[in-house]
Amino acid sequence: MTKHVPDTEVERATSEEAARDNEDSKPLFGRVSRRSFLSNLGAAGIAATAPPLLGAVSSPLPAALAVPDSALSVEGTVPVKLRINGEDHHLQLDPRTTLLDCLRENLNLPGTKKGCDHGQCGACTVHINGRRVNSCLSFAVMHPDDEITTIEGIGQPGHLHPMQAAFVEHDGYQCGYCTSGQIMSAVALLKEPVGPTDDDVKQAMYGNICRCGAYPNIVAAVQYARKHA
Amino acid sequence: MEAFRFNRASTLNQAIQSAAQSTTAQQGAEVRFVAGGTTLIDLMKLRVERPKEVVDINGLALDRIESTPTGGLIIGALAHNSDVAHHATVQRDYAVLSQALLSGASPQLRNMATTGGNLLQRTRCVYFRDTAHACNKREPGTGCSAIDGHNRMLAILGTSKDCIATNPSDQNVALTALEATIQVQGTKGRRSIPINAFYLLPGSTPQRETVLEPGDIITSVTLPAPTPGSHSLYLKLRDRAAYEFALASAAIVIKVDNGKIHFARVALGGVGTRPWRSLEAEAVLQGRAPDTATFRNAAEAALKDARPASENGFKVELSKRCLVRALTMSVQPA
Repeated sequence: MTKHVPDTEVERATSEEAARDNEDSKPLFGRVSRRSFLSNLGAAGIAATAPPLLGAVSSPLPAALAVPDSALSVEGTVPVKLRINGEDHHLQLDPRTTLLDCLRENLNLPGTKKGCDHGQCGACTVHINGRRVNSCLSFAVMHPDDEITTIEGIGQPGHLHPMQAAFVEHDGYQCGYCTSGQIMSAVALLKEPVGPTDDDVKQAMYGNICRCGAYPNIVAAVQYARKHA
Repeated sequence: MEAFRFNRASTLNQAIQSAAQSTTAQQGAEVRFVAGGTTLIDLMKLRVERPKEVVDINGLALDRIESTPTGGLIIGALAHNSDVAHHATVQRDYAVLSQALLSGASPQLRNMATTGGNLLQRTRCVYFRDTAHACNKREPGTGCSAIDGHNRMLAILGTSKDCIATNPSDQNVALTALEATIQVQGTKGRRSIPINAFYLLPGSTPQRETVLEPGDIITSVTLPAPTPGSHSLYLKLRDRAAYEFALASAAIVIKVDNGKIHFARVALGGVGTRPWRSLEAEAVLQGRAPDTATFRNAAEAALKDARPASENGFKVELSKRCLVRALTMSVQPA
């Protein structure tokens, strides 16, 4: 939604939201997250209606994102309860909403990335009941009984998942855009029957592509995590 | 993506009644089932598929993989490709199916995709997938953009003047060589369809791809008991070593006895408008010595009626060599 907001209001909204940002998440520019900063810019005064909470897995959603009763009467929308990273969310969704778009746009969990939107790049990889899937090729309303895990749910700054730590240690990324999907894929791989060699890892990870070409380091990170998990 | 009504089927009958409202089960269906979603949602984003109603069938209990009393296998229509590929009985008795599944898509897609959905996967022809181009399969009577266009990936067997789209599947080529039967339930009850009778040639009606009617739902795929002493394998040739469709592939089931081929089943992928069972190759192989000369003769017979388009003539030779190589590998000692 957009509304014309005078500059002073933008400043106030930005600083209010900076105060609400989870102190533990260490977002990019001090206490303001990238997404909230970009959302509040713009000549037309585009403003987010609710502040995003990057990395704040355990914080409740702000009131503005809870489903108001009037939404139940929006034609064509479907109610669904989704369980993401151990938390239940009650939503009213256009059934066309993919799980990917629901995570990023409705639930403010933008760690999962949209690369191709057609199941061909793996950037959108999440876990459904522990298995890796492409969230771009599933409708959110199809998953009321599933345990969904995103990159935000497997570790946090200060207590990273061993796979995340391995990616950092082995420089397993450059621009970082494929990285969430790579890590989610690699974590799922730990519970799959995969042979011991680097070639086996490449074979198991080929559903995640990397335009920067960080593959050798990705394989090294995965192999390290497998040996030390 | 066009708006649609979303429903979940809690019983098989509910699913059948919903789908029976559609005027067709083929291209243009107004009611679609969604299982894994990897084909349907992909095509809905492209507006190639525009159902008015989508029925989620994942709640139906159709995902079991069970042996039959006679030593065959029943694979539920909602069993995921990854579960089928890694199933111990499939790997032991129907290795070609496991190999075919693992050669396709990606681990993520295999975790989502189902047996039934895979049977119904659609062509990757760029013109079918792009509503800006004329396509007889997507919109009958508008013409085929591929025949005079980019057709490197398209078919050389089973084509018509109206459509040359390849069936891109690996699973279905393996199931064809295994002589699978597709179990269907619909408004008039149950029926069993041999896979070789399931897919239609494009002819002048490329929008009709299978024999399914409105209301039909695939419930399982059954495989006959493997013949003792037989081996099977899948060979897939493509531009990349992974995550790419076949240029040519071959599924082989074979048994050699006393230095002669006791029986052989041959199906080709990447080259046909449907999974291509080659009775011609099998007739050459039957009773002969499993040597290179026999294999080459079989390959010649298999591709005898190939009609390449402007950019895919190379597939004729590639498919022959693929078949020869696959047969050679299939009779090598383990």
